[in-house]
Formats: sequence, C-alpha cells, structure tokens
Amino acid sequence: MTKNLRVKTSKFVDETYKISFKFNGTTYYGYKGDTLASALLANNIHLVGRSFKYHRPRGIMTAGSEEPNAIVQLHKNSPRTEPNVRATEVEIYEGLEASSQNCWPSVNFDIGGINNILSPLLPAGFYYKTFMWPASFWEKYEYFIRKSAGLGKSPTMPDPDIYEHKYIHCDVLVIGAGISGIMAAKTAAQNGFKTLLVDEKPYLGGSTIYQNSEHFKINNQISSSWLEKEISEIKKFENLEIKTRTSVAAFHGYNFLLARENLTDHIPLEQRNNKTRQRLLKIRAKKVITATGSLERPLVFDNNDRPGILLSSAVEKYANLFGVACGEKNVLFTNNDSAYETAISLHQKGINIEAIIDNREEIDSKLIKETEKNNIKIYKGYTIVNTYGYKRINKVSIMQISKDGQKVVGSKISITCDCLGISGGWTPAVHLFTQSGGKLKFRDEDQVFIPNIYSSDQISVGSCNGDFTLDEILSNIPNILRNFLKVKKTDYENLEVYSSFNKSKRNIWLLPSDKVIGKTKPFVDYQNDATAKDIKLALREGFRSIEHVKRYTTTGMGTDQGKLGNMHALGIISETAGSKMGELGTTTFRPPYTPLTFGTIVGRNVGEYFDIFRKTPIHSWHVKNKAEFENVGQWKRAWYYPKNGETMHEAVQRESKAARDSAGILDASTLGKIDIQGTDASEFLNRVYTNAWSKLAIGKCRYGLMLNEDGMVYDDGVTTRLGENHYIMTTTTGGAATVLGKLEDYLQTEWPELDVYLTSVTDHYATVSVCGPNSKKIVSQVIPDLDFSDENFPHMSFKNTKIDKIKCRVMRISFTGEHSYEINVQANYGKSVWEKCMEAGKDFNITPYGTETMHLLRAEKGFIIVGQDTDATMTPIDLQMDWIVSKKKYDFIGKRSLYRSDTIREDRKQLVGLLTENPDEVLEEGAQIVADFKKTPVEMLGHVTSSYYSPNLKKSIALGVVRGGKNMIGQKLIIPMENKQINVTVADPVFLDKENKRLNA
Amino acid sequence: MFLIECPYCGEREQSEFKAGGEAHIIRPKQPTELSDDQWAEYLFMRKNIKGMQFERWVHTHGCRKWFNVVRDTSNDIIKAVYKMGEKPPTK
Repeated sequence: MTKNLRVKTSKFVDETYKISFKFNGTTYYGYKGDTLASALLANNIHLVGRSFKYHRPRGIMTAGSEEPNAIVQLHKNSPRTEPNVRATEVEIYEGLEASSQNCWPSVNFDIGGINNILSPLLPAGFYYKTFMWPASFWEKYEYFIRKSAGLGKSPTMPDPDIYEHKYIHCDVLVIGAGISGIMAAKTAAQNGFKTLLVDEKPYLGGSTIYQNSEHFKINNQISSSWLEKEISEIKKFENLEIKTRTSVAAFHGYNFLLARENLTDHIPLEQRNNKTRQRLLKIRAKKVITATGSLERPLVFDNNDRPGILLSSAVEKYANLFGVACGEKNVLFTNNDSAYETAISLHQKGINIEAIIDNREEIDSKLIKETEKNNIKIYKGYTIVNTYGYKRINKVSIMQISKDGQKVVGSKISITCDCLGISGGWTPAVHLFTQSGGKLKFRDEDQVFIPNIYSSDQISVGSCNGDFTLDEILSNIPNILRNFLKVKKTDYENLEVYSSFNKSKRNIWLLPSDKVIGKTKPFVDYQNDATAKDIKLALREGFRSIEHVKRYTTTGMGTDQGKLGNMHALGIISETAGSKMGELGTTTFRPPYTPLTFGTIVGRNVGEYFDIFRKTPIHSWHVKNKAEFENVGQWKRAWYYPKNGETMHEAVQRESKAARDSAGILDASTLGKIDIQGTDASEFLNRVYTNAWSKLAIGKCRYGLMLNEDGMVYDDGVTTRLGENHYIMTTTTGGAATVLGKLEDYLQTEWPELDVYLTSVTDHYATVSVCGPNSKKIVSQVIPDLDFSDENFPHMSFKNTKIDKIKCRVMRISFTGEHSYEINVQANYGKSVWEKCMEAGKDFNITPYGTETMHLLRAEKGFIIVGQDTDATMTPIDLQMDWIVSKKKYDFIGKRSLYRSDTIREDRKQLVGLLTENPDEVLEEGAQIVADFKKTPVEMLGHVTSSYYSPNLKKSIALGVVRGGKNMIGQKLIIPMENKQINVTVADPVFLDKENKRLNA
Repeated sequence: MFLIECPYCGEREQSEFKAGGEAHIIRPKQPTELSDDQWAEYLFMRKNIKGMQFERWVHTHGCRKWFNVVRDTSNDIIKAVYKMGEKPPTK
C-alpha cells in the first residue's frame, strides 16, 4: 500500500540520514529535514484525521502553521504527550510517535462518521437549538456531547520538561525571515541597530529560498541563490541575533511581544532530559518590522475538503523543499497565477499534472505560456463543481462559469486525479499587526485587508503588507526601510528584478455549483466543519455582525483560528447581505497566533515556585512540632498542632482550653507592622482611625478601626505610642500591604502638608504572644528584670526592655480576652525567644496554638475578624462597635459616609451572636439565616460568619450578620440546611467574660 | 504592557505600577457640611472616558510615589506624566 513519492533529492532534506517514526502504530521512514506531514506524504499518506463535527476524513492541507486538518497527538500515553499538534510543523526525529485524533476506533473506520450522513440534521447552531429544552437536561446532554466531540487528549502525568522565560531588549525586532525579513534585518544590522530576527521555521528564507525558477530573478540570479548569499551575509553581524523555531505569539502595545522558542521539540525524547524545552521570550523592541508573509486562500466549492486536496503553494513546497510529490495525478485549481508557479515546479521535478482549472477566462501571462508549452491542459473559465473519493480524492468534475460568475453552464467534464492543489489568491498575515492595535484597510482590487494605521513604532513589509510579487516587494522595500529606520541608503536600491507573475485574479468567494446550496458541502472552516451553507443560514436567521456569525457558526474558532477560511466567511457574508467588504470589518485576531503550551506560559513558576509564600522566623519550630499550616495572605501560618493523631477539632479544643486554663503561645509575627514617625503622627492617626488618638499617653496602646471613605470597615489593629512623635501600628495579616498603600496615598495626595513618615517593619520583628492566667508568670521568667505589676505594666501598655542583651518591645494587649503579652524582637531572635517562653512555660503546660484556636478564643469574646465577620458592607455601627466611633472628631476617613441615608438604615445587616437550641450543634459558616418559611420566596436575613464549639463554655457559639439583628436579641431564627433546620436564638456577640475580668486575672 | 515614565525613577514597566483611578478628585475639606448627594458625587461618581483620561498611578514596586498620567484609553498611549500637586497639561 505504501509507495515512495520522494521525487528528487532536495538540499533541505538529508537523504543519507534516515529516520523511523510511527504513525497510528505503523512504522514509516523519512529523512532528516522532513516534517511529519512531508514524511507522511512521501509515504503516500494523506488521511490523517477526522473532522470535528461530521467526522469526515481529512488530510494534510497546508505546509505551515495555518494547517486546519492535520492535527495529531504526539506520544500518546506518555508524560510528554501533546494534543493538537500540526503535522506540518513537527520535525521528525528517531522514535517520534504520532496518532490521529477525533476518531474512534480508528481513522480509517470512525463510528462518528455517521454524523456526516446525519449532517442535514446538524446545521449551524444545532447544539444551541436542540439541547436547550428542557433546560435542566443540559447536564445530561453535555456529558455525551463532550464524549463524542473534543480534539486531542490532554496529558495526565506531570510534565517532565523544563521551560523558562527570558527578557530580550532590542532596537529592532524583525518578525519573519523570508526575503523581506532578511533584507530588513540586514539593513537594520548594517546601520548599528541591535537587531533580533525570528522565524517560526527551522530554516531561513521563507518561500523564496526554495524558489528554483528561471521566472524569478534578482540581479540576474535565480531568486533563491540571491537570497542564500544575503543570508550568509547577515549571519556575520555581531549585533544581529537570529532565532529560528521561534514563533511570535502575541504583539502587545508599546512594542511588547511574546514569542515561543522551541529548543528540543525536534530531537529524540531520550536526548531531551535536563534541557530546556521551550522558552517564552518577552521582547521589548524599540522598533518592530513585521514580515510575516501571507497565507494562500483555499477555494470554496462542494466537497472541497477531501484528503488529497491541498493548497497549491503547499504542493509546490512539498515538491521543492522536501522533494515529495503529493500525488501522481495532480490537478490544480486556481483563480490567479500562483498555481502556474506550482505547475512549473512540479513539471521541473517530473511530477505529472493532469490539468489546470482556472476560473479566469481571458488570461495571458508568461507563466501561463510556459505552462502551455509543457503540454499541460488548461481549462479556462471553469470551476470545480464536485469532488469524489471518500478517504482520498479520485476525481473532480468541472463546469464552465457564466460571465457574471453566478452560475455554471455547459456540460460536466470529469478528470481523475489523486491530488488537487487549490489557490484562491493570498491573504496578508496581518494577525500580529492587528493584535498590536493596528487598523486595517480593505483593498478592493484584490480583495485583501492590509495594514493602514500603526499604533506603535512599527512597519509591515513584504506580502503581509499586500506586496505579493517579487518585483513589488523588492521595489518597495528600500524606500520603506530608509524612512522607517531613518537611514540614507540600503543595499537594495537598484536591484534588477525579473518576475513573470501576473497579478490578475478572479475572486469568487463561493464558487457556483450545479446543485442548490442546501445539497452541497462547501467548507469554509475545515477544522470546525463550518460551511458556506451554515453562514448563509446564520444570515437568514438574522445574524448580521461578523462577530455574531462567527460564534453562531463557530467559523474561525478552531485551534487554527480560521487562518484559511475567515476571509471567505467575510466575503460570503458581505455578498449575501449585500454589504461592502471593507465596511464589514474583521473579527478580532487574538493572541496567541499559534497555540502555546501551558509549560511555556508558566515557565519556571511550577511546584513550590508556583506562588511565593512567606515564612515567619519561627516557622522551622512549627514544622518540627508537626503544625498544620494555613495560607493567610502570602503567609504560611501555623493552623493547629495535632498531637498523637488528633483531629483538627480535637487539637483546637485542647489548645483553646489550655489557653484559658493556664497558658497558650501564638506566633503573631505575620501581623502587619507600620512604623509611624513625624510631628504630625498623632493628627494623622486621628484622621485614619475612627477613634481619638491625641490623648494617648506615651507607652500606651489603643485598638483602632480603619474605614474606607464609604464608611465600611477596612482594617483594625492595635497601635502603640512609642514616643512623642513615634507610633507602631499593627494591621491584619492580609491587609498589611494595602493598608500601607492606602496610608501613603492619603499622605501624598490629600494631606501632603502633614509631617509623617511611614515604614513597613512587618518583616523586621518577630512577635511571640503568650496568653492565659499563667502568662505573667511565664513572661516574667523570660524577662526577670521587668516589673510586671499591674501598676507598672497595666493592660494596654507597653515596655521597652531586654531579654539578655536582646532589645525587645513588650505590649500587654489581648486578642483572646486573657491576660496576655506580645513580645516583639528583631526577627532573627524570634525563634530563640519563642523557645525561651516554651521552656519557662513547661511547668504551666504552655500550649502552642494556631490560627484556628486564635479564631475560636476571640469569637468567645465577640472580637471581629476583618474579612471574616465583615465583607466591605459593614460599618462600625453595623458591627455594634459604636463605642469606637468618635463623635467629637471633626473628620476621619469614612466619617461622612456613616450618616448617609443608606448607612443609617435600621434594617441593615448587623453583627449578632447566635446560640443553637441544641448546644452541641455547630453551625456551618456561610449558612443562610431565615425567620419564616411560609412566605415564598423565603426571605434571607443574613448568614453565619464565624462558628465554633467552645470548650470553655461547653456549647456551640456563632457570630452572624442579620438584618436588623441589633434589636432581635432573644428572638428565634432558623438556619435551613440540606437535610434539617437548626433553631437558633439571637444573642449578644460577647459570649464569655463580659466584664473583662480575665484580662487582669 | 505599557512603559510608564515615573517622574522620580524614569521609564519602567507597567507591572511595577498600580492604577489609582481618575485624577483631580479632591477630597472635600468639610465633608460634614455636604449633602448626601454632594458627598455621593465625590465618593462614587467617576468618568469613563474613551480618549484622553487623567488618572492616578503609583510606583508600587519602586519609589512608592503617586503621580498623574494622561492616557488615551483607546490605545493606551501615555501623553503626559506629572507629579502630584502639579497642574495638568492643557494640551
């Protein structure tokens, strides 16, 4: 069954270097330099996959990154497996394994092929229309749809490869190393610009480099020979870096571009270990020259998707670059001169051409004459009306087109073939240009969009700028480069160019057929199986915007992003709707130009480097003592310390009890700490906190509540006056950075007259908090020189002291309601102070506790946690914290908002305590609170914000926000759960020690 | 990603900065004397311009200074950068 279609040695393929690879389990051979596509074609294999919706057999269509059909899975069931890879871009290597996708059980017999027969039942929007009713059934439908659809399989094992990111700064970036890109890069480099030239292919020179025809000459040399010399010259520049296998994925504003450099995808798997696979280049270029070339357009006619149908330029490339014939009986179908270049190339290589079908009637160019001279039959003014052959094209039937291009006339002629090359002219690759914010204009004469208005310092050159012929490119480039790079002269001022290409073209977006459109399948988007018929249906159903038609028909939404078909979709819409092409606009081209792997995007940020986390100076002690950790902001905080296989609940109950019965110790180093100094420090605090600060004595501490300008609670914490003009503020752990930012904002923008300096010292201090009735005994052992009497060191005060020679600040403040001390020392002494406290506390059963116990202890006291009991809709009044809002102060942040009509409403959600009827029943945080079930819809009054079982009170306690809750103390409410209703009573939020006796115990 | 000319540090990448919304909204000196509507005007009302927008930025991962930027929101081109307290450019 396999034939060798290798026709002639090509200098780009090394026939002395044979490579074996597997496709769908069978071993084949190719040569070094082959792509998977060229190697398969050399083995006479066209059928590589099934289409997405109808499961129609599909073959290789192109020879580049625009490939819609030949997408394969590499190395199935291996950690290196990759789905949706274009066979046209995979360079073969020893051991390569590729398989077809979207087919079961095999590409040759695919059960989904039934969809092709059912296709009259599967029009555009079929899924939208059919599976909408009843709405609740969608989940069931979805399961089956997902099973039968889908492209490749994503890997399930960890990726063994290494990826990295790299920044590159250059003066000039040239994208694309075709003839235009080479000329641009050389000119830039010659003039001293630090230049970077990138191309997605492994070789330089674009399509000119394999142009081997007497019909295209530069300075009397065949264009490829001329270009080879240029390439050898640019390699000598030290200020020019060349990167092949590098595809620009995104072109953002300010000339910021992302490119993917492939480093190991072309070498055997066993050689890839410990090498970087792909690199994401983050490029900042002062100037960008886009030379991305153009893509050949297919032609839209009935059954234009069979295996064996390729773009004419791809047939030429396979012959010239890889020395591979795509068939033994070739037919070409065109509306312009490009196919004749292909014909001449094939003829030179001895590849048979059955016929050329040209939809133009009156044509006469040097290329055509040359073709006719070679006795190749040309059907002028004809179109293909149908093709035949299920898994490989075997025949085309053609008819004459009427003068107006609207219908076919005359009788049908059949031509047998095994390969059909089609050419519908060229589309400039403007994707990157539009991504950068550039605006296109439509050129009516050849129906193309070309760059018009640039958004940054960049230029497009060559065929991506609409210059398709060699003479146009070469005559325009010197002028463009001189102006853009502001240089006097280029090497290309007076080139002699000989090009036989004639620009005439007969553009018909949807070719006429002898059948009604409903009976045909003229594919526009091959990958998503969208036909011209679907587009017309969408228009009939009232869709007008191109963006809507795209989404309804899924045209252009495959992994190829409609590189081939989008122009035809636009053309058919404008013809059907009777609007002008240029006015219709295009759909938005979004990055990436070709798909990126997740590996490239994340680079080295994997595993423990995925997200940074902060550790306190005491972290290693917590680890050693088997703490479980909780993420708070970016911190890892000790959550609880399970002992002897305790559950979290058991550990927390033990820790909480110990803290109230004797002593507990907490690592509070993560709290934000801001050092505030300056002659206006007191005034500043007056303005940012709700309560008054001017009268706070030196050496005293005060709890403060900070609001947003809208009156909602933003942060809280204790601030200590260290000196006349010196305070240390503590913030919540998660709020530290934003609080500092907010304070700086007000200082710099609203109150620049205040003499205040803010410094974040969170990382500079470690904080050890010892609480409980025995805390004084413990801390006074650690700091024997300090007088711990209530007279000398009362609650809410602070002392500067020393532990041995280590300076420390000790605050007597409490978040648990217990008598407690917070010892602040320079961070690197944190662990030793912690250990000293542990040692001193041995006799008192000092118990380390984590954040969970801390939350429980403070909830017993009804202390709020900003962000847990508040959610940016709670004012201090809502929290029943009226006591902290100064009535005397003229102004503070958020004051005015506290008596807006909305914030003074009595029925706002307010913080209350909740007690369950059954004291052992612990509520779920987040559970809804209601009063009445009878009235539907059931009115939601609020939700539970904090809930615990208190071992000290021996009952369940909870905090919650309830509409109008302040006046509901004693009232019964209901918490509806999935299987039950829990009765609760609204209570005061302070559950334990209302008189604060324990603070001085 | 834009490049922003910090008036204190020079040109840096956007990722070093944070945007702070519309510029030249001055906090009222006597909020208590304002009606609810007047206070709401200060608190909530912001323009959403397509075109030249005056906005605040802060060099968070740099000098931490706030400054003003004139940016064309349709193409992100920054027309001017000036310090807090300075008059906005008239043209």
